[in-house]
Amino acid sequence: MKQENSEDKKYLFDKPGNMKILAWSFFLSLVFLLVLEFFIHKHSHFPSEEWPEFYCVFAFVAFVALVLSAKYILRPLVKRREDYYD
Amino acid sequence: MTNVLPPAAIFIIGGLLVPLIKGKWKSAYMLLIPVVGFINLINIPEGTHWVVGFMEYDLIFGKVDRLSLLFGYIFHLISFVAILYAIHLKHNLQHVAGLVYAGSALGVVFAGDLFSFFVFWEMLTVASIFLIWARRTKAAQGAGYRYLLVHAAGGLCLLAGIALYVNQTGSIEFGYIGLNGFATLLIFLGFGVNCAWPFLHPWLTDAYPEATITGTIFLSAFTTKCAVYALARAFPGTEALIWIGAIMTAFPIFYAVIENNLRRVLSYSLINQVGFMVCGIGIGTQMAINGAVSHAVNDILFKALLFMSMGAVMYRNDNKINCTALGGLYRTMPLTCIFCIIGAASISAVPLFSGFVSKSMVMDAAATGHMQIIYFILLFASVGVLEHAGIKIPFFAFFGHDSGLRPKEAPLHMLLAMGIAAFFCIFNGSFPSYLYSLLPYPVEYVPYTIPHVVGQTQLIFFAALAFIFLTLSGMSPAEMRAVNVDADWFYRKGGGLFYRVMDISMNGINRIADRVIVGELTGSICRIFQRWPEVLCLGVMIPLWSVTGTRGKDLHGKIERTRSALQTHTSPIGISAAMATIFLVLIYLLM
Repeated sequence: MKQENSEDKKYLFDKPGNMKILAWSFFLSLVFLLVLEFFIHKHSHFPSEEWPEFYCVFAFVAFVALVLSAKYILRPLVKRREDYYD
Repeated sequence: MTNVLPPAAIFIIGGLLVPLIKGKWKSAYMLLIPVVGFINLINIPEGTHWVVGFMEYDLIFGKVDRLSLLFGYIFHLISFVAILYAIHLKHNLQHVAGLVYAGSALGVVFAGDLFSFFVFWEMLTVASIFLIWARRTKAAQGAGYRYLLVHAAGGLCLLAGIALYVNQTGSIEFGYIGLNGFATLLIFLGFGVNCAWPFLHPWLTDAYPEATITGTIFLSAFTTKCAVYALARAFPGTEALIWIGAIMTAFPIFYAVIENNLRRVLSYSLINQVGFMVCGIGIGTQMAINGAVSHAVNDILFKALLFMSMGAVMYRNDNKINCTALGGLYRTMPLTCIFCIIGAASISAVPLFSGFVSKSMVMDAAATGHMQIIYFILLFASVGVLEHAGIKIPFFAFFGHDSGLRPKEAPLHMLLAMGIAAFFCIFNGSFPSYLYSLLPYPVEYVPYTIPHVVGQTQLIFFAALAFIFLTLSGMSPAEMRAVNVDADWFYRKGGGLFYRVMDISMNGINRIADRVIVGELTGSICRIFQRWPEVLCLGVMIPLWSVTGTRGKDLHGKIERTRSALQTHTSPIGISAAMATIFLVLIYLLM
């Protein structure tokens, strides 16, 4: 009986409502961060850092470039079967 | 001075005595060692202690200054955490190895001369190898041997460098060395092996994921950080280190993206974080050294925390650690999940977590030195940290697809160990002034400025957005069971190649020798020595007999008799003597 209960149990992110709240708060924070930039005085190390939304764009582009280059360039070069060294 | 001991001695002697303690007192005894060690440590005044004469040199077991003290503090703290985490183990081997390993690390940090430094440095390898072999799998055995071979080579390089250096300078004092000449280059490279520099690094990503669950916590803390200490002591401001460090931050993140084993992801992440420290040491300004050392302290804590959370996952899931086998564990391991997220937030430099206050110091030092390329490599690497350690580790283990696994929460002692590390991750991040007050140089850096907090938060949130974008669009690389070849290919496959080359060349020579010498040459020589006396003898005798008038049947008879006499070695003495004479004459003429 107890076993059945634990299998039926809904956990935190099994409920669609909770996921929705999480997603909305995440996207609202993104908008907030984009807007916030215009109300602070940046003191940048390099000129490029003064471009508007530099960190947002840099992070997004760098992340995508990293993952895709690892997937399409590095993996084909280095991937071997699991028993390669055996 | 009479009532304090060298910090290494407490751990090494205390560790060797562990097998003598039985029953329930053993846990208490082991936990007491770092506590006693810490009380001992805070009573040691700065300065030079425990100087022992050895031949014409002085061995110094206690060079105590702000740099060595800070490493001493953090090594004591992490030893306590790692011992607590491993307290359930029944076998003594790992306990002894762990404590001797921690003691050796303290020996390295407080060594004031190159001899004792070298001895403790090698003890690091010898003690740590048992934490790998104790896993008792074929993979661990192989990785352990490779670990040993690489460190033995690095140790020899260091020893050669030390021997040359001492010969040149006449002093064995361990202080600033600087990169100038062959001897110092060998020392530099010897440090580089333990520091996991690019191409010298694969021992780390090979062996750490194969070590025992509890052993990896010790391993992640000591070897590389001792190397960071040694570099900060002997090679601060060496320009090569800036580039070595920057490459270290950047290349492992690509591997971490496609790696399936989560502890191997953390091993690549370890190299990436050590890269920030090496880069800071290379920059060499007071702020950069402060940044490197404080990041070493924070990295020991959050990396141990991440390894502990992954260890707890392995412990509760039959040693499963691949992304492909895990997922959705937050349901039944919520506390481990929270601790893992704290570790992930710390390594990702989320404001209020420890990485934020130390990594930014190194980056700020690079920017202050107008190193634009370095700065942007480090910034790129910071985004990479978010990918593999900040998101991948917690996501694939605790969220992601539901693997259907419903393990129990980690045992209490593991939760406590993770809790202590997590506490210090948040404490150092939220109240950095305590950590800053222990750094080697006075700190003027202020981490919590509005632009810094906003910029870093933007970086984190938009990297997370990129992760969501890639995952939802299906562009994220699928996790797959595979081996990704790294620089260890050269000696793992190179070793096989060496074996085959030796097999073909040496066994080939053997086969040729067998055929030529045994098969052909010996027989021919035999035949020659059988045949030639006959030819020589008859060549002389037949004309002689012809002259003396022997003809026809008689001649044939004589020839047959002589031939059979020679073949059976029963030739008359006269003929033998004649043969010998002819032989001697021939030799005389030929000479």
